[in-house]
Amino acid sequence: MATQTVASGAPRPDVTAPRNRKRPKPGVPPGERSLVASPSTWVVWAGTAAFFIFLIGILVSVMVDSFGRSWFTTWLPETFSTDWYASAWDRFGMTQVIGVTLAVAVAVIILSVLIGVPAAYLLARRRFPFKKLLTVLFFLPVLMPPITYGIPLATVMYNMGLGRSLTAVILVNLVPSVPFVIMTMTPFIEQINPAIESAARMSGANTRRVFTRILMPLLVPGVLAASILVLVRTVGMFELTFLVSGPGSDTLVVAIYRAMTAAGGGESRPLISAMAVVYTLSMMAILIIALRFVSPVQLVARVKESRED
Amino acid sequence: MTAPAVRRTQSTASLRHRLAERGIDTSLLMLVPALVFAVALFIYPFSYGIGLTFQPSVAVQEQWGGGVFANYVAFFKDSFVFDSVYLTMRLALPAALFNVLASLPMAFKLRHRFRGKKLLTTLLVLPITLGTVLTAQGLLIFAGRQGWLNRFLLQIGVIDQPLALVNNYLGVMFSLIISGFPFAFLLISSYLSGIDPSIEAAAKTMGANWQQRFRRVILPLLAPGLATTFILTFVLAFSVFPSARLVGDAMGATRVMALMGYRAFAEQIDYPMASTIAVMMGVVELAVIALVLLWRSFMYKGTTGGKG
Repeated sequence: MATQTVASGAPRPDVTAPRNRKRPKPGVPPGERSLVASPSTWVVWAGTAAFFIFLIGILVSVMVDSFGRSWFTTWLPETFSTDWYASAWDRFGMTQVIGVTLAVAVAVIILSVLIGVPAAYLLARRRFPFKKLLTVLFFLPVLMPPITYGIPLATVMYNMGLGRSLTAVILVNLVPSVPFVIMTMTPFIEQINPAIESAARMSGANTRRVFTRILMPLLVPGVLAASILVLVRTVGMFELTFLVSGPGSDTLVVAIYRAMTAAGGGESRPLISAMAVVYTLSMMAILIIALRFVSPVQLVARVKESRED
Repeated sequence: MTAPAVRRTQSTASLRHRLAERGIDTSLLMLVPALVFAVALFIYPFSYGIGLTFQPSVAVQEQWGGGVFANYVAFFKDSFVFDSVYLTMRLALPAALFNVLASLPMAFKLRHRFRGKKLLTTLLVLPITLGTVLTAQGLLIFAGRQGWLNRFLLQIGVIDQPLALVNNYLGVMFSLIISGFPFAFLLISSYLSGIDPSIEAAAKTMGANWQQRFRRVILPLLAPGLATTFILTFVLAFSVFPSARLVGDAMGATRVMALMGYRAFAEQIDYPMASTIAVMMGVVELAVIALVLLWRSFMYKGTTGGKG
């Protein structure tokens, strides 16, 4: 015991000595940063590290849980299996849930682009009476918490007999999506040179041809970016969908929530984890594609160019 | 003075032409779908909801009185409902403040180029893929009594008892930070990159030290961005309810307004009361936003000189 501590203690000075000797030595050429960072940098990096520990802990523990069996008081589950996925698939009708999620997302994307892009074009290019008022009107849904307008909207849906239907889910999801498309597309259209359109008009193209031949090809990247952002938001949208959906029209997030809060303490935990992993993986796939087309900032807010500050 | 004369000479032109000069022509029809959408799915339901708040159910009217205002009377007098305002604020304000204040130094430190910056930003987008429901499930497993976090802290001897990190106020706070912090960070980073670096360089040349540069140059320029970020993270934190139900204490410390609204809507099927709570949510939230905007109106409002 004693010899061990001596043995382990002996080499320590050798290891630390060169570092100690190096630190005070100001042999750093001017313009190059020292390797020893300032305390504030350490605080920032510690905060980042803590955040990522939580983040990765959350991700990995859900992942492990979904593959694990009888994981109670140990670091890792006793055995691993993929059974939870198979049973989650059967039990929650995942084929149908994923089908609904995709159908809703595609419908919302198509509708919001069809509604939003023409409006964005006019807002970007033209002056007309009440333009300010209209802009505020279009952006209002983004400023409000979804629940605030979601509850009255859901009430209207139920009164019209649309409750728990796929139509209601799509309509409700349009409310934040259309303003989002307008917000993304207006600055995008603003940066397209209007001279191109004028040139087309002078060459004898009518409005329809200007749109189909000139603007459409130029708008494709913007529309693509907006669609992906709408996709991310629609798949992740919980509050609004939850208010109007029911069995048969639940999207994946809502299905997971319902499984977690089902009467009698909810479904067994790994089953939910398996669903959650499916959700995360599909979201990540979308996001990896998305990040090829858009900058991360666009995922959380409108693009920089549209800032009015 | 010459305006009437001009108008008279133009009156020979067709009405269509005159309208076109003011920006009204057939291409405005492109606005129609968006307008129909806004009216049908936003304005109409919202005004319908406001109207509904003045049609209280018989039960509410009998219990609280107040005629057509019975819902509002119930909202303010029923401490079970009204306390939720305080509970929501107690969660949303600190969460939004923390997210903004914590991401400010981080964005400041990380604004320079360094290796792995792109990876870091990509990783920060990750929580957006998680969503609140998934964050809740992860927190329950990771930070629960048997979770890795408590297990690790017990193992290294920092604590004797597992910490109660979920199913209470803290759990919802964690969830709000995990989903709100990257959002705030990305936004503030983008605002920061919109400030022309030569402004700071000029201040440096004139001999301003680090603190002065931050306090006198960067902060005033960043204030509008900070206000916007605060508002957006606040809205995010204010309306959260899946995590309040899943990782919180839905009957106690995290009985937020959104939860009460949902309960009235789906469990009690009292649409007028649910709309009342929704409207009051909007009012409380707008009050906070108005305060922030008021503060912002005292700040510098010119250009930031950058690419913004």
